[in-house]
Amino acid sequence: MSITIALAGNPNCGKTTLFNEITGSRQHVGNWPGVTVEKKDGVYKKNKDVVIMDLPGTYSLSPYSAEEIVARDYIVKEKPDAVINIVDGTSIERNLYLTMQIMETRIPMVVAMNMMDEVEGRGDQIDCGGLSKLLGVPVIPIVARTGKGLKELMEAAVSAANRRQRPERPEIFDNQLADAISAIADALGGGDSEENNWKAIKLAENDEIIAKTVPSDKKGAVDELVKAANKAADGDAEAKIADSRYQYIAKLVKECVKRGSKGNNQETKSDKLDKILTNRILALPIFAGIMYLLFACTFSENFLFIPELPSPGVWLAGIVEEAWGFVAEGVVGAVEGLGASEWAVGLVASCLDGVGAVFGFLPLVLVLFLLMSFLEDSGYMARVAFVMDRIFRHFGLSGRSFIPMLMGFGCSVPALMASRTLESDKDRKITMMITPFMSCGAKLPIYAMFAATLFVDSNQTMVVFSIYMLGIIVAILGALILNKFAFKSETSNFIMELPQYRVPTVKSVLIHAWEKVKGFAVKAGTVIFASTVLIWFLSSFNFSGLCDMEESLLASIGNGIKWIFAPLGFGDWRASVGVVTGWIAKENIVATFGQLFGNVSEETVEAVMAGEEALPAITEVFNQVSAYSYMAFNLLCMPCFAAVGAMKREYGSWKWTLRAVGFQMLTAYVVALLINVVGNMIF
Amino acid sequence: MTLRDLKPGQQGKVTSISTTGAMKRRIMDMGVTPGVEIRVVKVAPLGDPVEVNVRGYELSLRKDEAAQIQVQM
Repeated sequence: MSITIALAGNPNCGKTTLFNEITGSRQHVGNWPGVTVEKKDGVYKKNKDVVIMDLPGTYSLSPYSAEEIVARDYIVKEKPDAVINIVDGTSIERNLYLTMQIMETRIPMVVAMNMMDEVEGRGDQIDCGGLSKLLGVPVIPIVARTGKGLKELMEAAVSAANRRQRPERPEIFDNQLADAISAIADALGGGDSEENNWKAIKLAENDEIIAKTVPSDKKGAVDELVKAANKAADGDAEAKIADSRYQYIAKLVKECVKRGSKGNNQETKSDKLDKILTNRILALPIFAGIMYLLFACTFSENFLFIPELPSPGVWLAGIVEEAWGFVAEGVVGAVEGLGASEWAVGLVASCLDGVGAVFGFLPLVLVLFLLMSFLEDSGYMARVAFVMDRIFRHFGLSGRSFIPMLMGFGCSVPALMASRTLESDKDRKITMMITPFMSCGAKLPIYAMFAATLFVDSNQTMVVFSIYMLGIIVAILGALILNKFAFKSETSNFIMELPQYRVPTVKSVLIHAWEKVKGFAVKAGTVIFASTVLIWFLSSFNFSGLCDMEESLLASIGNGIKWIFAPLGFGDWRASVGVVTGWIAKENIVATFGQLFGNVSEETVEAVMAGEEALPAITEVFNQVSAYSYMAFNLLCMPCFAAVGAMKREYGSWKWTLRAVGFQMLTAYVVALLINVVGNMIF
Repeated sequence: MTLRDLKPGQQGKVTSISTTGAMKRRIMDMGVTPGVEIRVVKVAPLGDPVEVNVRGYELSLRKDEAAQIQVQM
């Protein structure tokens, strides 16, 4: 019989490190239903019958954030066999607050007192045995980073799970409040009395989610008793309960923690480092430098401003692309050699392209997430928010949105995946919707083509620059609109821990990056592969069989939908086909135009992409206004399938992915329409 | 006076929290409850938010949020 043990703890308490140490690489990563909160499970590497569920890091079991709701629903409804509550010994008071709330659910539990090496390094002492006696649950000292104490911890957890030993609820509340709470529990009556007790505390805390679960026949009586509880707590039971928990903790700490001679106000290494990193004058240049390195390591072709020197990300991507090109060529050659028909060869080639499209992104995801998890684990990511909050709050976003949006200028795929580091579900969802508005590298060839063809006499740099600015402005407006209308009920705050700086362990950085790469390849890969093959089919077939793109199903679709684009200034089937092939990869638009407008050579297409040569035939369809409208539309409309796959992976649901795509299509249409209408009035 | 009025390096004792709902709960969950000692560590480079030390760890909050926390020096 297998048992399930859940890991619960504050963010930054070393929970992920502990999870990695316990499970090794046997992990499964997904999303909790309906929210962009990561769900991770694995099995204990020393006993496959022990399933480990990693709950989201939370400070509390309040009903206000997606993480908190997920964590408490899991504990209360799914009822794991035991909970390991990880406590960061270096900020023990705040960490024990969650411990109190988990104990209130009376689930079998063990406390893992983590960071014991740092505690000792500060000259402090924590009496785990004494704390265990006072709490009535095992308290095991550990150092998750080195694996110290993990064996004892797991033994204690498995034993707690097997014995199903429920901890006593700590006597936190004064008599009046305790009586008021038990009166509510009695009024709830029936069913599991433990659950009623827990619900009673939550009701006294004014918990709206639990209030909705009270049956209507009991509602009146319960409401009266909740009012009475508030009265017993000087009008505010919620505040009184939080306060009581902290007062109880203060007593525990007084008895079991001995502060060393070094004292409490002694400056740690982390404090010294922070004085430099968030110094009033130095913070911004340091921040800009770190952000530049993050971007350049992943995307730059002139790394560290050295011409032609590829960054690690670009270099790896080049190798993967070349290797895959070699394999694909070999396979296609072999299939041809077997005498397969033209369409079979085409199918094989397009499947290989589909897989290649997935592979091509892996190096970027890998490099970015090696760096990102370093920033996250080291504690700097919280400072990014601290430094940038002032600017981003005006758009209703968190300072951490800066990273996904910055990365968006390189490639939306890793950028979207970077949104995972945002604190709130709302911020993650909005940031993912607007990140593709940042003009990625693949969109530049489209601008180059139009600039070289239609804007020869104007300032080409300004034309391209203005498109980039347009993306940023639309992203800001989009965030404001989404905040105001789509997510209006959710208030955002910026009450956030600034964790101690720590040197990340190589193991945890590697595991995190590997998870991201694997997650992208598997979850996003299927979306990318299927859509690439579908578009290939549509562009190479009509009802009588294999054909040129001009006569394909896609051309018919282009003819069928071109009226939609007429108000935007490009109601032409070739322009419509370009939009569709752009979804495979945005730069494909140039190749498609090369084929559909005069069937130019591959060399010419490459020169057009670089902006070195014009494609005069497109002037049949485009003038300056409609070209600008077309650039804007392709900038803002649905990103490439790879990015949609990344969105699907991060949202964890088709519902939200489709909402985001719908929002992007609508935005693109409205903006392009405005450009065309206003542009034609002026020019 | 409120936490917003304290300058970096100054310390005060929390007397009450004037906001309600999710924000109040969040403030209290993070350990800022009446009676606790709180010290302003620094202000962010752009002038907001602020960093405070409470219950032995560093917390950051916006000035508007700090203005909801009454303190006594």
